[in-house]
Amino acid sequence: MNWFTNFLTSSIGQKVVMSLTGLFLIVFLVVHLTGNLQLLAGDGGKAFNLYAEFMTTNPLIKTVSYLLYAGILLHAFQGWAIWRKNRKARGPHRYAVKVNRVAGTNGFAASNMAWLGTIIFVFILIHLYQFWLQMKMGAIDMVTYDGKEVADLHGLVAATYENLGFVIFYVVSMVVIAYHLLHGFQSAFQTLGLNHRKYTPFIKAVGKVYAIAVPLGFAIIPIIMYLSK
Amino acid sequence: MKLTLKIWRQKNANTKGRFETYQAEASPDMSFLEMLDVLNEDLISQKQEPVAFEHDCREGICGTCNMVINGEPHGPMQGTTTCQLHMRHFNDGDTIVIEPFRASAFPVIKDLAIDRDSFDRIIQAGGYVSINTGQAQDGNAIPIEKETAAEAFDAASCIGCGACVAACPNASAMLFVSAKVSHLAHMPQGKVEAKRRAQAMVNQMDEEGFGRCSNITACEAECPKEISVEHIARLNREYLSSSVGSQVKA
Repeated sequence: MNWFTNFLTSSIGQKVVMSLTGLFLIVFLVVHLTGNLQLLAGDGGKAFNLYAEFMTTNPLIKTVSYLLYAGILLHAFQGWAIWRKNRKARGPHRYAVKVNRVAGTNGFAASNMAWLGTIIFVFILIHLYQFWLQMKMGAIDMVTYDGKEVADLHGLVAATYENLGFVIFYVVSMVVIAYHLLHGFQSAFQTLGLNHRKYTPFIKAVGKVYAIAVPLGFAIIPIIMYLSK
Repeated sequence: MKLTLKIWRQKNANTKGRFETYQAEASPDMSFLEMLDVLNEDLISQKQEPVAFEHDCREGICGTCNMVINGEPHGPMQGTTTCQLHMRHFNDGDTIVIEPFRASAFPVIKDLAIDRDSFDRIIQAGGYVSINTGQAQDGNAIPIEKETAAEAFDAASCIGCGACVAACPNASAMLFVSAKVSHLAHMPQGKVEAKRRAQAMVNQMDEEGFGRCSNITACEAECPKEISVEHIARLNREYLSSSVGSQVKA
């Protein structure tokens, strides 16, 4: 397996790991958004609570969720390792004057992926503490639907989004994720060697729509819940 | 035209450098290097140390006239090397900041002159085609599609100047290496060693301490030969396929 470890530790191999974990997280975001939009169902939280119960008890989903945690950690730690390497490669001297021209991506996002990613990582930690950990610890009120008792996660979310500070925190975090995706989506394909004038314009267009639509979808949830409290 | 030049002066690799300010006179017809030549003549006549900068062909094909001018490798003109940049693109009274390319793998030798041996070692690792000596083969005996030849030629126009590394916030050499790998991978003569080449050149690039490519595309924007990052995607493909498909064991 020497060739395999060589590949994974090479500059291109490290980037391939970033690309594959990134694409996995991109797919996850769509699933997560679809589930979360049930918070706005207007049924007092029944659909969302039953969905949350299913997601935390189904063995297949649980297995995938462990893959997801591993994917997030791998993407984050590999990203930091690459960031350190790149700083070393740049050397101790900065340019006194630097013009940042790019050819076909968002220049701000592209050159700040590590910072954007670090903010997202902190966001994920707070986000998990607020909802996931409370659910795990059983620190949530229970509700009964048709004789079945489930945790009232909707109630916790609604209570959290009564606080304007948290609403702003979530919305700003989604802007950061949008920038990260604006570069990351199409960059993942380039790293895998998928760049061709036949389909790259399509990938870039889908990436732009995705990077705006998905974070926007997440951001409207706290806004609507705050306004309709 | 009168110019204020802020130029990075550094005695050698082991000393700390700093910016020095000079007043220079230039004609709009001069090339950027000719403007520096005149400055150096003045410095020599004043018994001062002239500014060290590299230059050779002065016609945009050797890739030695490397410097960062006002924050851009080879200056503000698209698809132009420093030697082909003319003073008519600047205004009378301008302040121009001139720095060396900055990357760990490109240490400063003196002032604006940098050591680009790392690029030579990458070429030595695999940027060649092994052929038997003897009578040259008839050109028409090796058919190559027009589009393929054109793509290979685009990649081959890389002059190895290192502007890609200088422009990249990660100091990555991927555009340079990809141009070489892509050029030879397109040609029938290069196919024989394609898998070994991709592995060897990427390994050498990593060993020289260049950064990891984040697809920022500053390299393409600043490349004096306007080489596309499509070649980087091709290098990624070549490297991936040679990692899983090469007959070479290691």
